[in-house]
Amino acid sequence: MLRDSDRVFTNLYGQADWRLNAARARGDWDGTKDLIAKGRDWMVEQVKASGLRGRGGAGFPTGLKWSFMPKQPTGRPHYLVVNADEGEPGTCKDRDILRHDPHKFLEGCLLASFAMGAGTCYIYIRGEFYAEASNMQVAIDEAYAAGLIGKNACGSGFDCDIHLHRGAGAYICGEEMALIESLEGKKGQPRLKPPFPAAMGLYGCPTTVNNVETIAVVPAILRRGGAWFAGIGRPKNSGTKIFCISGHVNKPCNVEEEMGIPMRELIDRHAGGVRGGWDNLQAVIPGGSSVPVLPKSICDTVLMDFDALRDVQSGLGTAAVIVMDKSNDIVRAIARLSKFYKHESCGQCTPCREGTGWMWRVMERLVRGDARIDEIDALEEVTRQVEGHTICALGDAAAWPIQGLIRHFRPELERRIHARAAAGAAHAAE
Amino acid sequence: MTSNPAKAVQPKSFAFTAENLARAQKIIARYPQGRQASAVLPLLDLAQRQAGGWLPLAAMDHVAGILEMASIRVYEVATFYSMFNLEPVGRYLVQVCTTTPCWLCGSEAVAKACEDTLGIRFGETTPDGLFTLKEVECLGACVNAPMVQINDDYYEDLDADRVRAVLQALKAGTKPKPGSQTGRQTSAPAGAPTTLTAAKGAGGS
Repeated sequence: MLRDSDRVFTNLYGQADWRLNAARARGDWDGTKDLIAKGRDWMVEQVKASGLRGRGGAGFPTGLKWSFMPKQPTGRPHYLVVNADEGEPGTCKDRDILRHDPHKFLEGCLLASFAMGAGTCYIYIRGEFYAEASNMQVAIDEAYAAGLIGKNACGSGFDCDIHLHRGAGAYICGEEMALIESLEGKKGQPRLKPPFPAAMGLYGCPTTVNNVETIAVVPAILRRGGAWFAGIGRPKNSGTKIFCISGHVNKPCNVEEEMGIPMRELIDRHAGGVRGGWDNLQAVIPGGSSVPVLPKSICDTVLMDFDALRDVQSGLGTAAVIVMDKSNDIVRAIARLSKFYKHESCGQCTPCREGTGWMWRVMERLVRGDARIDEIDALEEVTRQVEGHTICALGDAAAWPIQGLIRHFRPELERRIHARAAAGAAHAAE
Repeated sequence: MTSNPAKAVQPKSFAFTAENLARAQKIIARYPQGRQASAVLPLLDLAQRQAGGWLPLAAMDHVAGILEMASIRVYEVATFYSMFNLEPVGRYLVQVCTTTPCWLCGSEAVAKACEDTLGIRFGETTPDGLFTLKEVECLGACVNAPMVQINDDYYEDLDADRVRAVLQALKAGTKPKPGSQTGRQTSAPAGAPTTLTAAKGAGGS
């Protein structure tokens, strides 16, 4: 279990005041100027040494991503864009950072901007997070007034503007290229990569897009050293992580824990256990709606980090742990996710636009058992045709939950089809 | 998203109030010269608030004029994002999340309680113009499921009785306190804390 002294988010639940003075008392904005004085290369090296991997879902090494930004002035502005468009079903961790630890996060924005030579940072927050945006804006205003950001930020000689930008309701804008399009004032439809944002991002300028949690742990890494962060968790899966535990648990909650904590320990220790006890567990979606579901037999022993969950053909994703007990209709639970992806497809790529609707309709029939056995295979085949054949990963995200369902719960799908056929035959015989 | 502007009675004109125009200028200044189109989402939001919760075509045209965008580009944006209402809505827009994490925790009962209490279905507005009911996708408060958003506020940890109480209070002209309706501390586990137990009072309090 993570020691309290290693926790980064000491005001996760808003137990204390989130404004500047209280944040300073918790250690935020302390000696920021000295950190900047150590230079850009030092910062990138520390973040690389920390083993930090992006907290938005893909788990790409953050230090490496930063190093893609041009080192020499290009004559164009550089941008840091922070993705606060939290919308992956099951996920509500960035919300707590934005509303309860805005200054910790803002300090991270300043330091990361410096590390990438970005004079402007935009925080793209989902439009529905109105109260969270209000807190963030107050925190930004406080930081400007105190000289912590803006011209000569923290007295460091570095100029950095930080602006908040509210979205308006579109899951797809959590995809980095769609987010950039949206920030430019367009529909949120992803752009083809390459060119990658580090070469041509916002307004055609070098840009890095990072998740809120990724940026918010940066000040702690720079203060305490990359080695400290790397010492928590497992190699290549290091650090602390905010987990969101929802669904059929006794005490759903967000909690900051060590990466690689066993799933069972996470749920039992912090979420009050599975409703009706561990043996009443049916399945868990371990990393937000996009990652494949895992049956209890895997949940018994699996560790909660990127590589352990990849090894069982799922993923850590956003670390949103959606728990389902034996009372659950697993087919309906996944069918509802198919409806979500159908609703959120931006419509740009044919396999996703047509495929999400097609998959959802078949899933609705499978809920009732109104299908033939070979249609399970056809559905699986279609998920493979959508996966990897679209500009962005929404097509993959729509395919994976269904693949996980078929992989682990095919007998349940077949049972429903047989039961309905038997009921139909009995009815006909009457 | 209500996506049929043809069904709405469109006002002939729209212009920002002086106060909102000043706000709009402040927003536009956040973006580089010549990139003022970036302000389209915040300005449409401002316009929707001024127009009483929905976006008339005249408001979109007004925003297009300020941002020097073709009107069609603004329509494209307004119809893409779910938070823009292209028809009038009630004074209280009740958005019920029914995505899987909320569904697992009983969003069906919450949705039914909303329908029964208000006497309307998803997509409808009460005859007195007070409430519009809408089904929405994940709002990002999953450890406080099930939840609804009413205008700008989240009401969390609901069941049928609790959401009924929230709606009755609004009907009676009072505003219930947003957040968890069971009284727990935001996203913390109910009952005794499982973290930061040693450092009680740490965090500047």
